[in-house]
Amino acid sequence: MTMPLVSVKDLRIGAVTDAGRKVEIIKGVSFDIAPGEIVALIGESGSGKTTIALSLMGHTRTGCSIEGGTIRLDTSDITAMSEWARARVRGTEVSYVPQSAAAAFNPSKRIMDQVTEISAIHDLMPRAEAEKKAVDLFRALALPEAETIGQRYPHEVSGGQLQRLSAAMALVGDPKLVIFDEPTTALDVTTQIEVLRVFKSVMKQGGMAGVYVSHDLAVVAQIADRIIVLKGGEILEVGSADQILSAPRHAYTKQLIAAFEPVPHQPQGLPLQAAKPKVVLEVADLCAGYGPVRGGVPHAKILKDVSFKLERGRNLGVIGESGSGKSTLARAIAGILPAYSGSVMLDGIQLTPDLRNRSKEELRRAQIVFQLADTALNPAHSISTILARPLTFYDGLRGAAREARVIELLDMVKLPAALRHRLPGELSGGQKQRVNLARALAASPELILCDEITSALDTVVAAAILELLKELQRELGLSYMFISHDLSTVEAICDDVLVMYKGEVVEALPAARMSTEAEHPYSRLLVSSVPKLDTGWLAGLEQDPELVAQFANR
Amino acid sequence: MMAEDTDTTAALTTPPPRGPGWSFNWVGRIGLVVILFWALVALVGPWLAPYPPGQIVDYDFFTPMSANYWMGTDYLGRDIFSRILMGSRYTVGIALAAVTLACTLGVILGMVAAVAGGWFDMVLSRLLDAFNGIPSLLFGLVVVAAVGSSIPVLILTLTAIYMPGSYRFARALAVNVNTMDFVTVARARGESTPYLILREIFPNILGPVLADLGLRFVFIVLVLSGLSFLGLGVQPPNADWGALVRENIEGLSFGAPAVIFPSIAIASLTISVNMFIDNLPTKIRDRSE
Repeated sequence: MTMPLVSVKDLRIGAVTDAGRKVEIIKGVSFDIAPGEIVALIGESGSGKTTIALSLMGHTRTGCSIEGGTIRLDTSDITAMSEWARARVRGTEVSYVPQSAAAAFNPSKRIMDQVTEISAIHDLMPRAEAEKKAVDLFRALALPEAETIGQRYPHEVSGGQLQRLSAAMALVGDPKLVIFDEPTTALDVTTQIEVLRVFKSVMKQGGMAGVYVSHDLAVVAQIADRIIVLKGGEILEVGSADQILSAPRHAYTKQLIAAFEPVPHQPQGLPLQAAKPKVVLEVADLCAGYGPVRGGVPHAKILKDVSFKLERGRNLGVIGESGSGKSTLARAIAGILPAYSGSVMLDGIQLTPDLRNRSKEELRRAQIVFQLADTALNPAHSISTILARPLTFYDGLRGAAREARVIELLDMVKLPAALRHRLPGELSGGQKQRVNLARALAASPELILCDEITSALDTVVAAAILELLKELQRELGLSYMFISHDLSTVEAICDDVLVMYKGEVVEALPAARMSTEAEHPYSRLLVSSVPKLDTGWLAGLEQDPELVAQFANR
Repeated sequence: MMAEDTDTTAALTTPPPRGPGWSFNWVGRIGLVVILFWALVALVGPWLAPYPPGQIVDYDFFTPMSANYWMGTDYLGRDIFSRILMGSRYTVGIALAAVTLACTLGVILGMVAAVAGGWFDMVLSRLLDAFNGIPSLLFGLVVVAAVGSSIPVLILTLTAIYMPGSYRFARALAVNVNTMDFVTVARARGESTPYLILREIFPNILGPVLADLGLRFVFIVLVLSGLSFLGLGVQPPNADWGALVRENIEGLSFGAPAVIFPSIAIASLTISVNMFIDNLPTKIRDRSE
C-alpha cells in the first residue's frame, strides 16, 4: 500500500471557555488520507469537524490549542513545526476553501489580485505566469468569461461564481491537500450542483487530496470517496461513501440517514371547528416591495400578485431560492412590511396592510417564527420573561397563572420547566428554536408563519422540530405556512406547496406529488437539483442546459 | 422518536452553564473604592476641612507640606487640603449631574430616533450634528460670558456640550439592535414604541452606553477644569479642582505642592471612573455582546 498523504494520529485539541474552564473538543482522533482521495468529515455543529479540518493546516481557532497527537502531511510534521514554518506550508502544500466566499474575499481588491496572492506570498512564479494559471483554473472551474472575470470586484460576480473563485484561490499554489469547509452550504440548490460538479472534476484532474467538511450527507455522497462520521469530537464511523450510505453500522449514522429520508406528510383529520370559516388565510394579488414609495408603488417591487388560500388545519409550503421573495411574503402577511396592493384575509377578516392598524386580536391570530433563534430571542431576557410577555400582552395574565402557563408552554415544546430561568445564550440551537416556537404558541394563534425555522439546525435536531410541529398541529388545530428552501423539509410537513421565483408564484402543487407532477420548468429544475443520498446521483444527473441558463443563478 | 430524546434529554442532564455573575474583578473594585471615597468626600468634606476654604491662614504663600497645612498653602496662603475637600463638591457634583443629564437625554432621544426613524430621526440627527460642529470650549465660553457663571448654568452648558455625542452613540447602537429579529417579533406582536425602547432595546445597549458614560464623565471633569482654568467655571472664593490648578500654576516654579495635589485629585477620579466602567460585572457588560 502506498504511504498516505496525510496521517493524523490521536489528535487532541483543547479549548479554554470564557469561564476559564478547560474542555477537550477533539478527543483522540486518528485517520489517514491517501493521495488523490477525498475524505468527508460529517457531523452536527459542535462535532469538531471544522476544528479537525483547520488543524490539518496547523491552525486552531482563538482559544483552542493542539494538545496532543501528531499530524503528518506528506513529509512534514505539522504539529512539530514552528508557526513560521507552517506559514510556508499553507497555500503550497495545504489550502483552504471557506464556507462563505463572500466573507473570504476582500471587497476592495480585484479578484485576480486575491486569487494570485498565494503565488505572490510564496514567490512561486512570476505574476504573468500566475495570472495565466489562474485563468486556466477559471476555465477548469467553468467560470464564464474566464479571461476577464479576474478584473472584476467580488461584488460583481454571483455567489456560486465567488465560491468557485475561492476554490481557484486555494488551487493556484498546487497544494497536495485542499480543505473544503462547507463550501456549498450557503448556496442555492440549483447553484450548488454546478459548484459540486466542477470541484469534483478539478480535484480529479489535479490528483489532489481533499477534506470536505459538511453536515449534509447527500452533498458529501456526491464528492467524497470516504466518509468519517463525527460526534462530540470523536470518530463514530469510517467507511467508503457507499458503505456509509447503504450499510451504516453506528446508530448515530443510521439516525442521520433516517433524518434525511423524507417522511411524506399525512393530512390531518382535524375536529371541525364549525363556527370558524374553513379558509384560515386567503391572500389575493398581494404586492409588496422595499425602498422609497412613489405614487403608491415602492422602488423595488419584490412580490408580484401573489394569491393563494390556506385551509384550516392544512399546511402550506413556500419554496424558492434566495431572492425569490418567500420571506417577503411572510413579512407582508404579518404586516411587518406593509403590502402596497392586494389583500390578506385571516379567518374571513380583511387585515390592513400595516400591522400598526391591526387590532390585538388580529395580531394574535397570526404569529411569525424566524429562522435564526439566536437573534429572535432577546439575549437580555430570561426564557420565562420572553414567554410571559405575549401572555400579558394578549391575555393580561399575571402572577401564578402566567407562571403556570409558561411551564405549560415549555412542556408543549418538550423543554424542562427549569429552563425558564436561563438566558437564551445558555441554550442550544434546537432548544432556542423550541422557545421561539413556544413564544408563538403563547399567543394561541390560528396560523403560524414559519420562516425557514429548521434551516439553521442540524439534520437530526431539525427532524425533531418538524415532528414537534406536527404534534402541536394535531393537538391545537394549527395551520402553518412553512417557508423553506429545502424541499425535503417541505415534503415532510406540508400538504400544498407554492413554488416561488422572482417574487411570483410559478406553480401550486400538492406536496406529496411535487417531484412527479411539477410542470413549470423552474419547479422541475428545482426538484431535480436536490441532491439524493446516492453516490452516483450527480454523475447521472442530466439537466436541460437551456433551463439552467434561464433560471439558475450560476 | 430518537431525535426527540437526544435533543431534550441533553437539556435535563447537563448542568446549566455558570452564567455571568455580579462580582467585580480587583481593578473594578479599586476604581469603585476610589469613586466612593471621592463621593464621600464631596458629601462630608466641608465638615472635615480643618480651615474655612476661603480663609487666608498663613501669611506665607506656597508653603510646603507641614503638620498644620497637610498639603501646603496656595498663592494667597490658603490651606490647600481644605480647598480640595471643598472643591470635590463642585468637581464631582457638577460632573455627575451633567453626565447623568447628558447621557439620559442622549440615550433616550437616540433610541427613539432609531425606533421611530423617518423625519424625526432625520431632523434630530442633523440638528445635533450641526450642534456638534461648535467647538465645546468655545460654546462654553460664549454661554458663560453671556449668562454669567453659576452652578446650574455650568451643569446645563456641559450637558448641552456632551448630549449630542451620547445621542449619536446610543442611536448607532440602537439602530443595530432595532433590526434584530426579536425586536421585529415584538413589533409584530403589536408592542408600543416605549416598550420596544425600554424592554427590548435598552438592556442590549446598556453595556456600551455605560462605558460611554464613564468616558463622558471624564471629559466633563476635564472641560469643567478647563473652564475653571480660564476663569469661567466655579467662581472665587470657591474653586473646583481645575480652578485650584490654575490659581496655583505659578507655584510650580517654587516647587510648591499646591498645584500637585489638585492635579492628583483630578487624575485619581478620572482614572478610577474608567477602571470601574471598564471592569463592570459581566452581568451588565455581556448583555450587549
